[in-house]
Amino acid sequence: MSNKKYWQSVEELKGNAVLEGLKQKEFVEKLPTDVFLGDKETLEASSTTRRDFLKYVGFSTAVASLASCEGPIRKAIPYVVKPDVNTVGIADWYASTIANGFDYANVLVKTREGRPIQIMPNKEANGTTNARIQASVLSLYDEHLRLKEPTKEGKKITWSSADSEIIAKLKTLQAANKPVVLLTGTIISPSAKKIISQLITAYPNIQHISYDAVSESATADAMKAVYGKRGLPNYDFSKAKVIASIGADFLGDWQGGYAKSYTASRIPEEGKMSYHVQLESNMSLTGANADRRIGLKPSEQVSALISLYNEITGASIATKPTVAEKEIQALASALKKAGSKAVVVTGLNDVNAQRIALEINKALNSEVIDIKKLSYVRQGNDAQVAQLQADLKSGAISGLITYNVNPLYTLANATDFAEGIKKLDLSVALSVENDETANAMQYALPVSHFLESWGDAMPTEGNFGLTQPTIKPLFNTRQAEDTFLKWSGDTTNYYDFLKSFWNDEILEGTSWNKVLQDGFYTKASGSPMTVDLSETNSEESAVSISEAASALLNNKKGNAYELQLYTSTAIGDGKLANNPWLQELPDPITRVTWDNYLAVSMADAEKLGFSNPVQDNGAINGNYANVTVNGVTLKNVPVIVQPGQANGSVGLALGYGRKQGLKEAMQVGVNAYPVYFGGNNVQYNVSIEKVAGWHHFACPQVQSTVAGRTEIIREVSLHDLHHEDPQESWNAKFKPSYDHKEVAAEKVDLWDGFNREIGHHFNLSIDLSTCTGCGACVIACHAENNVPVVGKKEVRVGRDMHWLRIDRYYSSKVETREEAKKMGLSGGDYFDVLENPAENPTVVFQPMMCQHCNHAPCETVCPVAATSHGRQGQNQMAYNRCVGTRYCANNCPYRVRRFNWFNYAQNKEFDFNMNDDYGRMVLNPDVVVRSRGVMEKCSMCIQMTQATILKAKKEGRAVKTDEFQTACSSACTTGAMVFGDINNKEDKVTKLKEDKRAYHVLESVATQPNVVYQVKVNNTHKA
Amino acid sequence: MNSVKKHSLQTRTTILTFFVSLFFFIFSINTFAQDVAHGKKLFKGNCAACHKLDKKSVGPALGGVAERRTAEWLRAWVKDNGALRKTGDADANAIFKEFGSSPMPAFPTFSDEDIDAIIAYTSAKPAAPKQAAGAVAVKEDVKNSSWPMYLLLGALGVLLLMVFSLFQQLKGIRGETSYSLGGYLNKIWEAFLANGFLKFLAVIFFLLASAFFGFGALANIGVDTGYQPIQEIAFSHKVHAGDNKIDCQYCHSSAKHSKTSGIPSANVCMNCHKNISEYTGEPFGGHSKEDLTKEIAKIYVATGWDADNFKYKENFVPKPIKWTRVHNLPDFAYYNHSQHVTVAGLKCQKCHGPVEEMHEVYQFSPLTMGWCINCHRETEVDLTKEGYYKKIHEQLAQKYGVEKVTIAQLGGMECGKCHY
Repeated sequence: MSNKKYWQSVEELKGNAVLEGLKQKEFVEKLPTDVFLGDKETLEASSTTRRDFLKYVGFSTAVASLASCEGPIRKAIPYVVKPDVNTVGIADWYASTIANGFDYANVLVKTREGRPIQIMPNKEANGTTNARIQASVLSLYDEHLRLKEPTKEGKKITWSSADSEIIAKLKTLQAANKPVVLLTGTIISPSAKKIISQLITAYPNIQHISYDAVSESATADAMKAVYGKRGLPNYDFSKAKVIASIGADFLGDWQGGYAKSYTASRIPEEGKMSYHVQLESNMSLTGANADRRIGLKPSEQVSALISLYNEITGASIATKPTVAEKEIQALASALKKAGSKAVVVTGLNDVNAQRIALEINKALNSEVIDIKKLSYVRQGNDAQVAQLQADLKSGAISGLITYNVNPLYTLANATDFAEGIKKLDLSVALSVENDETANAMQYALPVSHFLESWGDAMPTEGNFGLTQPTIKPLFNTRQAEDTFLKWSGDTTNYYDFLKSFWNDEILEGTSWNKVLQDGFYTKASGSPMTVDLSETNSEESAVSISEAASALLNNKKGNAYELQLYTSTAIGDGKLANNPWLQELPDPITRVTWDNYLAVSMADAEKLGFSNPVQDNGAINGNYANVTVNGVTLKNVPVIVQPGQANGSVGLALGYGRKQGLKEAMQVGVNAYPVYFGGNNVQYNVSIEKVAGWHHFACPQVQSTVAGRTEIIREVSLHDLHHEDPQESWNAKFKPSYDHKEVAAEKVDLWDGFNREIGHHFNLSIDLSTCTGCGACVIACHAENNVPVVGKKEVRVGRDMHWLRIDRYYSSKVETREEAKKMGLSGGDYFDVLENPAENPTVVFQPMMCQHCNHAPCETVCPVAATSHGRQGQNQMAYNRCVGTRYCANNCPYRVRRFNWFNYAQNKEFDFNMNDDYGRMVLNPDVVVRSRGVMEKCSMCIQMTQATILKAKKEGRAVKTDEFQTACSSACTTGAMVFGDINNKEDKVTKLKEDKRAYHVLESVATQPNVVYQVKVNNTHKA
Repeated sequence: MNSVKKHSLQTRTTILTFFVSLFFFIFSINTFAQDVAHGKKLFKGNCAACHKLDKKSVGPALGGVAERRTAEWLRAWVKDNGALRKTGDADANAIFKEFGSSPMPAFPTFSDEDIDAIIAYTSAKPAAPKQAAGAVAVKEDVKNSSWPMYLLLGALGVLLLMVFSLFQQLKGIRGETSYSLGGYLNKIWEAFLANGFLKFLAVIFFLLASAFFGFGALANIGVDTGYQPIQEIAFSHKVHAGDNKIDCQYCHSSAKHSKTSGIPSANVCMNCHKNISEYTGEPFGGHSKEDLTKEIAKIYVATGWDADNFKYKENFVPKPIKWTRVHNLPDFAYYNHSQHVTVAGLKCQKCHGPVEEMHEVYQFSPLTMGWCINCHRETEVDLTKEGYYKKIHEQLAQKYGVEKVTIAQLGGMECGKCHY
């Protein structure tokens, strides 16, 4: 307890006598009891005596309880005309594609009775989903934020009158030759590009500008300068032997993310495991997965990049030495040695930095980078956006049409932009959401959600995806493509347009229906992207490398802090900020939910006086800081002390702090876009000032380090994996002493065994090597199992409901008693050090869910036998039997049981998706929504395994190899999670269970779990 | 059959005309009746799908068609209406257009006699509807009646009284003081009050009895056996599944595929009720035939069917039928129809009872967990089936020599199989 005095007002501090008096009273005014009770006459005149009152109470209680014995009358309303395609109670899956300007994936959409309820990766199409894509199905039902009908100046308007008014306006502007700008997010749809070019043909005064909230513009500009074509290079990390990343979070959102091809290069069994060095300031997902991570602040990253260039090309451009000069030289020689199997990427959104990286890859002759078949997932052009801002300010343009962008939230100087909009003759926002921009424009036209839309996509040259609607539009919305077609005078609807466009330009005679069913198409040659990738200023290409390098070095002046802006795994660029699943998804590194924060290194925190004290209820607090960049101050940014944060740098996530239209609970965090000047993720000359107050974080994991417990986390180097006997060293099985002899753990048992050889026996294998910690499985679990969202306050007190969590463990400086002895530590000091992560720790992610122990401690303590074991290996939880003693949670060594402290559905205290009619449409009808007072936990998706069995029975066949899946294993695209039946010798998991890397967490407790982990392999043996 | 009668006898005013017609009628009755019977058979077999006698259906009403068209024309039309239309016949083309230009199939195999027979049938006056006086009286359902029991009890009571009065008389003869029946009871009551042990016993008995019945009553809360809500439409399963022998899964088609058996959508009703717009069977449930015809019309209200013009209304907003659920399982219990119908091959009646005898469906089984479990305990799995069970069967036979297993032994009693 602190001795700090808390006060609510200045008066209180001064010791105001009135306030003192008020303190003594529970109610400010005296309750009028005496008026009634004191008046004897009134009391006696009252016809209700005390005894009558009691009779009434008794009677009404009895009646109420009797009445409740009768069940409610339930209606069953069938279709009037049932669509042929769906059978009530059977899920349909549709192949589709999400391309919302930030995330792209080939997906499968699960629908029940015509409602999309889940999104999974289309593995046939090599699709990968992250947490946001998984959660995007919930945003479809976001009645709160979505635009529901066309409006003009905030008033309803019909589509036809909106169209005719806007067309008339466009025509007058065209006649007067006044410029109009169409500002869109990245569009990777070839058909939409064609439609926009038609629109421009109809109104030549329209200019199309692409704008990404989170910019990768510099890379595209550098490509233009070096290779003459604007686009992003495409990477195939599966070919890589050595990967050097300078601040590029390519397992996160950098240029769309490359998690799948990266993990393909990290399978130690196949003898090829890449060596990955990450030089970065913030601790990113990519850094956490790297074999070697070096903390460098952005200005040092620049120097490192130039040093690498010098070492590899033999040039000698002036640079500043960094703290890790030796390591950089070693890295350079590793890169040179790997030659064409090496690659250097950088996340610095600076055209000079990107140019140098391209030159290094050119010098290495890298096969990993593909500069011919480009990636188009980010097309934003910062120069054009800057020009637009200037034009708006000067009044040089007369009309603005925005589509799928929210510049009033995502631009650094949004107020200027807002002022400019007011001066326009015509301003139209086409938007899914009723966001800041839609509110500021004259017309706000609702656009359908991607699950309600037709569409196509070409993320990389020659790879196509098709989007198909899986539900009729919920609101009075229309696709932007249809709107543009109408404005350009084309009367065809978008579906017909799309179909004929594909037949003419893409399909090469392949059947449209077949491709629609598959959801993807690969074309050998010929690009239909007829629209040119916008021009850039050509002067940059004239700049030499040495000039580029010195320009880079000169960005940084003085010795102030450097701010590295990034996008968080959960919220990304902020488009899905009103999605409670994502808000409650813990950050993979800090494990903080419902917040963004300033990440400060341990040394800097000490200097500035920041700390994260743990409270007695297990929650952590944080200081507030004011962060000033270029004269703009972000006030009261909560601070997290982040191990691994490069000294002299601070990190802050974009995408938070959105207000307009968001539910109150979702209006969390600080908006960092106001300091995202010029779309540059690095801001120099940052000043940080500590301000008073404590921020309350909601962080479900306080324990940071694994504290040397190899029973939980096991790691091995690639060298030891191949050269040491696992049983002797890195994966030794626990051997209890029995009769004074060491025996195998299975020999000693309190319980009688149960033969599980007949029928199915499910196991889940989790490979800690390929688990990147992305969190897609967590959201998939939410959607599949109706896991409730509990909100920030509840998470803070440790009542989160995640059935599946991803624990993150740092390695502290001291992991073993021997090391501690060497350092002269003992007792309390030793434990303190164990708990404290090192300055630059290595990180391990461990997905943790119910381990489905064959000898489960929870089952034996349940007084009502509500949790019991199935012969198929699943630990079953009968909610209706549970009386909520919570003994099971107490006895679970893995802390995976979750208690329903409240009713989370239809409760206005928990105003998330389960509290509104639309939000409940996402619930999985095969899984019950649990009520207050019962325990719940991972069921190993028993509804899915049962459905698989039933399908096989109905079809009169055995279950196929690897047919069994859980939500998490289907969502995992890196192949870290493998589910199956170990009684089927062909199932992948059967081999994995016997693998030399396989181990059980807390083996010594002898719980015999059905979840098996694979030891994490680090490639510390340099290539 | 029909209430609409075009050839009413009432117009015949004189007895003479009646006798004249009767004379002719009797004279020709033999051949005519044969024609009508043959025509009826042909009509039902070939024409009834699209034609009715008294009202429009897919095709025009055919009652008394002979009055409107010549026999030659009809023969030509029936044999090949397409050819007739090609000759430019105005009537033929007009009727073709009137009924949405959908051609009637040609019947070239019909002989002229066949067609004449059909015409005879369409022109024959319908048999006068039977005055179903006897059938109106609703038969008492005596199956469950317990009157023999009451009779027995009554007899026993009379017997007891007789024995009592006999004793009284005996006492009177012996000269002992005889009490009245009330006096006797009084004496017993006094004796009871005097005996503490008896009082104790009575209290114990009372407590045990109230515990027994109280527990039974409480255990029945939420058990809705016999629940028979009144439905929005007086739909009779007896008429459909019983009398007309429609297969359960014709309407409840998802029972074999899905967890729900599926309440049929109104378009399934319309498969038959496009043509059946009138109730002609036995009335039931206190409804008259006219009432029941109106009940059928409720489907038309839901689907927007225009029965007069025999087509769906355009731009109609469907009005779903709101049935009341009879079988309500709680949310936390997972039940899958296809598992029981397709895999186990159970008859619907096993759980739903004799639905084909119910006019209004009621809940037949208790749907309690004990009831489910009991069946799982008793029912053996058919291991002889190829496919899914093959491997399990082989393993069981090899390992334990087991040939028969119940569902419970295969894990059908685990909590998690139904509760998730």
